Amino acid sequence: MPSSLSISRHTRTGATMLLVAGALAVSACKTSAPQELPPEPGPATTTTTAPTQPLGPVAGSQADFVAKMMGADTIYFDTDKYDIDSMDQQALAKQAQWLMQYPNKRATIEGHADERGTREYNLALGERRANAAKNYLVSLGVDASRLGTISYGKERPVALGSNEQAWAQNRRAVTVTID
Amino acid sequence: MTARSKTALSLSLALAFALAGAAPLAAQAQPADAMPSPDATVEAEQGLEADDGGLTGSVSADGAWQDLGIAITTFATDADVPTSTNAGSTAALGRALSTVIAADLKNNGLFKPSGPVGLPQPSFGEVQAPNYPIWTYRSADMLVQGYVHANPGGDLTVGCYLYDVALKQQLAKAGWQVGPADWRRAAHKCADMVYSRLSGESPFFDSRIAYIAETGPKSHRMKRLAVMDSDGANMRYLTSGQATALTPRYSPDYSKILYLSYLNGEPSIYVYDLRTDTQKLLVRSRNSTFAPRWSPDGKWVLYSMAIAGNTDIYKIPASGGEPQKLTDSPGIDIGGSFSPDGRKIVFESDRSGTQQIYVMNADGSQQQRITFFGGRSATPEWSPRGDQIAFTHIAGDLRIAVMTPNGRNMRYLTNSWQDEAPTWSPNGRIVQFFRTEKNSGVASIWQVDLTGRNERKLPTPVGASDPAWGPIRP
Repeated sequence: MPSSLSISRHTRTGATMLLVAGALAVSACKTSAPQELPPEPGPATTTTTAPTQPLGPVAGSQADFVAKMMGADTIYFDTDKYDIDSMDQQALAKQAQWLMQYPNKRATIEGHADERGTREYNLALGERRANAAKNYLVSLGVDASRLGTISYGKERPVALGSNEQAWAQNRRAVTVTID
Repeated sequence: MTARSKTALSLSLALAFALAGAAPLAAQAQPADAMPSPDATVEAEQGLEADDGGLTGSVSADGAWQDLGIAITTFATDADVPTSTNAGSTAALGRALSTVIAADLKNNGLFKPSGPVGLPQPSFGEVQAPNYPIWTYRSADMLVQGYVHANPGGDLTVGCYLYDVALKQQLAKAGWQVGPADWRRAAHKCADMVYSRLSGESPFFDSRIAYIAETGPKSHRMKRLAVMDSDGANMRYLTSGQATALTPRYSPDYSKILYLSYLNGEPSIYVYDLRTDTQKLLVRSRNSTFAPRWSPDGKWVLYSMAIAGNTDIYKIPASGGEPQKLTDSPGIDIGGSFSPDGRKIVFESDRSGTQQIYVMNADGSQQQRITFFGGRSATPEWSPRGDQIAFTHIAGDLRIAVMTPNGRNMRYLTNSWQDEAPTWSPNGRIVQFFRTEKNSGVASIWQVDLTGRNERKLPTPVGASDPAWGPIRP
């Protein structure tokens, strides 16, 4: 398939970005050390791994973000709604804190809808939800230029059932940092 | 992806005279001799626009023609010789042709045809001189006969004849010269001839459908752009599935397909050129674009674009140029479908708080809501006849419904858990949509006629959604 005419809107800096982020992570750790220590290693069941390798995700990485958020990388919405409630505010505040800590990190906010709507409208609804999350992060001080949005509508469910519980889990906006 | 199937059609319409009730032609010569050369004009081209004569929203109620007993016989051949079709020799092809014709006429619930299995096989000489007593004895009202003739170059000539058994009269005949890859088109043309002559409606079988082929589990479903004939045959994938493809729309001349692709992780509308198998972005933008639509003349494209979460509808010349913003409400304005005369656009908006359907002029002026019957209303599609708008009605379940262009006489056509995204047959008599299964999320394409009684699933090799029915083929 020819794709030469499409242009990438996101600059991919790849490995360079990772190095910079890693360096920043180290310096950032100094100011708030207690919370930023890597998690304790689990019970030592094996002895074969090299001891020099740091355990846990690299500070400032997407894996680190996911681990630190403990679920707060995702916010949830009511049917056909896109407003940010108090629970969402707490989650987004946690995200903002991490993003402020790693100011060179960029993130994409993915908006999703449940399956009980038409396909195209759900794409637009996902845009709305992603932007609601983005706007709140910006209001907390995260530079808007660091945040992209994308909607997947109802095309990427995480809960696969066809019931209220599953739909509630799928009406979401997920922040994914770019490694 | 063969170069063969995407290049210019090698089918040409000959003998386009569908004579109604006139005296039977004196021509008793061999049918092949009766076929003029294939350079005759193609009259099907204007079919859609030409036929808009005061048709109302009424459906084809159970009239006499639906109950006609139609015998569809195996097409004869003057000489059983090999062909390069996938159906085999001319004799085998004759059987295949009549099988396709019978399936066309039966599957949409339009007729209850018999044959070709179980019926006497007319000889080549009988094709133009039916053995009426046999068919009278079998209580057939109508009789379809035809023949296949292999031409020296590999092309095939197919003749199709419709007879009224009681009147002992020929009602219509037509012949086509087709390339080996296009033999099914001759069958669809024949089915169209029979359907049009008996129902008085415009033809629709010789048309194609663009859709999204879906494979894999619900959590990681692959969605590929695909095309097929109106009966599901000749299916071809156009994209690899690496990038999710959604919501295709055939251009009115079948040369291009507009669709949404997540290529490079950025949802944008692409124009896929079927002649060259290349594609390009419709508009370059930092913002997501989706919900592409053609104008009936193919000169304009509607698309929807989300800026900071607010979606509006834009119009752009298909050849490129400056986009024109048509809506400007704080809310989701999306989709759009032109009236057949191109003067109005029906679209969807949630500016009132929920998804509802609105009509505006093609320049964006005079936006008026037309749906007030409760629930949510989405994905409006204007019938090619102009008399009806098909849409998705959401009140718990998602169902396909139709209404008049002023929002009246709302009527459900389906009653299932999740039916959405209607698209019209070229003659505005059948609505196609996709149905999603609860839990599994498996999608399939269905067709329903305007009575809502004749519903059937289209055979597709894998899951299928977002059907877009093109016009009668040029």
